[in-house]
Amino acid sequence: MSESVNKAMPSASIKKRQRVNVGIRSVLLHVAVIAVLIALYFVLPEYHSGNLARILVLAIFAMGYNVLFGYTGLLSLGHALFFASGMYGFGLAIQFLDVTASVAIVTGLLSAVAVSTIIGFLALRTTGVAFMIVTLMFAQAGYLTILLFGDYTRGDEGFVIQRADRILFGFDLTQPANRFFCALILFAICLFFVAWLVHSRFGKTLVGIRENEERAEMLGYDIQRHKLIAVIISGTLSGAAGAAYALLFGYAGASFAAVQYSILPLLYVLLGGAGTTIGPLIGTLFMFYLIDYTSEFSSRYLPSDFSSAYMLIAGVALIVLTLYAPQGFAGLLRRKVKWLP
Amino acid sequence: MDFGPYLFAASLEGAITAAVLALTAVGLSLVFGVMRVVNVAHGEFYMLGAVLAWWITSMIAGHPALGFWVAIVVAPLIVGALAMLCDRFILNKINYDPERTIVATIGLLYVIQQSTLMTFGPEARPVEAPFNERIALPWLEPTNAGLQVIWPTGLSTTSYKLFVIAAAVTILLILWLVMTRTRIGLIMRATQLDQEMAQAHGIDVNKVYALVFGLGAALAALGAVLVVPIQQAYYLMGSDPLLLSFIVVIIGGLGSVLGTVVAAVLIGMTDGIVSVFFTPTLAKILATLLVAFVLIFKPNGLFGKRRE
Repeated sequence: MSESVNKAMPSASIKKRQRVNVGIRSVLLHVAVIAVLIALYFVLPEYHSGNLARILVLAIFAMGYNVLFGYTGLLSLGHALFFASGMYGFGLAIQFLDVTASVAIVTGLLSAVAVSTIIGFLALRTTGVAFMIVTLMFAQAGYLTILLFGDYTRGDEGFVIQRADRILFGFDLTQPANRFFCALILFAICLFFVAWLVHSRFGKTLVGIRENEERAEMLGYDIQRHKLIAVIISGTLSGAAGAAYALLFGYAGASFAAVQYSILPLLYVLLGGAGTTIGPLIGTLFMFYLIDYTSEFSSRYLPSDFSSAYMLIAGVALIVLTLYAPQGFAGLLRRKVKWLP
Repeated sequence: MDFGPYLFAASLEGAITAAVLALTAVGLSLVFGVMRVVNVAHGEFYMLGAVLAWWITSMIAGHPALGFWVAIVVAPLIVGALAMLCDRFILNKINYDPERTIVATIGLLYVIQQSTLMTFGPEARPVEAPFNERIALPWLEPTNAGLQVIWPTGLSTTSYKLFVIAAAVTILLILWLVMTRTRIGLIMRATQLDQEMAQAHGIDVNKVYALVFGLGAALAALGAVLVVPIQQAYYLMGSDPLLLSFIVVIIGGLGSVLGTVVAAVLIGMTDGIVSVFFTPTLAKILATLLVAFVLIFKPNGLFGKRRE
């Protein structure tokens, strides 16, 4: 993981050529990922392409989480708060301000920016385990606040966003095809943004902070400012995923602010590979189908209590991953393919 | 009822919360103090204690009290043994790395909670108390003729509730004696102060860690067995004690059993009294924010001993 920091400096021209090569290869890789996803839509039956739209939105959430966890080395246990602030920033604006979907997306993003700025400002005063507990507590307070204002948010029950409100630039997003390509376009924007970000000077500095905070500080980087910006980018991407979820699937509920939704992105990223651009997508895809198949299997063959216990699989996966594969799929792949972004 | 007797009744309920909380939080504090790891699954060990108590009492025929007395001994032992296995096969394997331990214990939390849902079911189930006589309580009322002892209607408690308080106090005293007066307590404190030095003196640190992790979980289970005749066993009952234990441990300062007990009494009593004035949700929001802000602005309360 630390090769970018510790590698001896090659001469300037070789370095530049290598960077260009890496740049082209990584662009090609990301374009190929998008192309495969487009092809999958035409190959897969409707049930699976519907799932894929959901996976893409959750993968945006995981990519946002990865910016903070994988690249900056900050483990947050409160990202459900950012997801929910995007979701409710979008949903409540539609419900009570009577705005169009495109305006509501902006309010969703703004509320995620605001919430992540405040949380980042406060929580970054702590490090390590304290940072984990503080983010967990803020997310819990946020979840309870949604329940407290149940008159507006409808609490755990949530509210449905009407079909008439789910039209973006003339496209009816209740249609499966529109929904899938809207999710894919959003995913592609976020994927290329993250790929560009981690390749930029700023992204490299984040990795430097992850690998050795004291050294990065000694080299004159403003650690706190970099971390705060990372929290805001990460929170805003997560909020974008929350707003997209409400827009595409027409529902906002307090369960998306509960602690499971802080654990899930961590799980996706750990499984797929922290600190890789495509890891979050792989992790989300794998985990989604693992849960889907086991709950389908158990609801068919086992008593009903079993099918509601899907978090059991998440728990087992977390333990197995921390024990045997802390670097995830893409991390294992990177041992063979060194240039993997 | 007047405000005075009402507050008295509320603080008695608060004392029960405080007693159970003290046991649970001391378990968490012990684990953090000696092993320097945060056990997020602590609340689930508490829940397992209650569920096992229900299971044992429903298995044993005869007088309901018999089942309870068996449960209060056996349930903490089973939970402690299970926790030792988790330590041996999970935490030990990841070298007690603080961040990975949190992720692994989150996994453990879901495994225990969801397995309970699958076997025990989603219902809340009661456990009968071994004895449960109603005891009316007196109140001193100032009148024109000086203080007078009155017996307000509704101001009462049960013998079992008083027993819970007495039992918790006794267990904590025993724990304090073990920690300060015995060889095993000495070994635990030595490991807490300097793990490497303890190892250099021939202490099997891995064994101490397993023992402490088991003891911490057993204390949580014990608290749950005591409270289950008052509350009810339920598969999600672990989350509130976990949150409250975190608050107590953070405010009380880590590793100090005495500080934890004092904070538990404080938090338990205020929790009882605050929920009289606020809605439970608002009370919980204030409590979570309190933890967050204590950690942000007084981090030494929690991790002071770890940093030089």
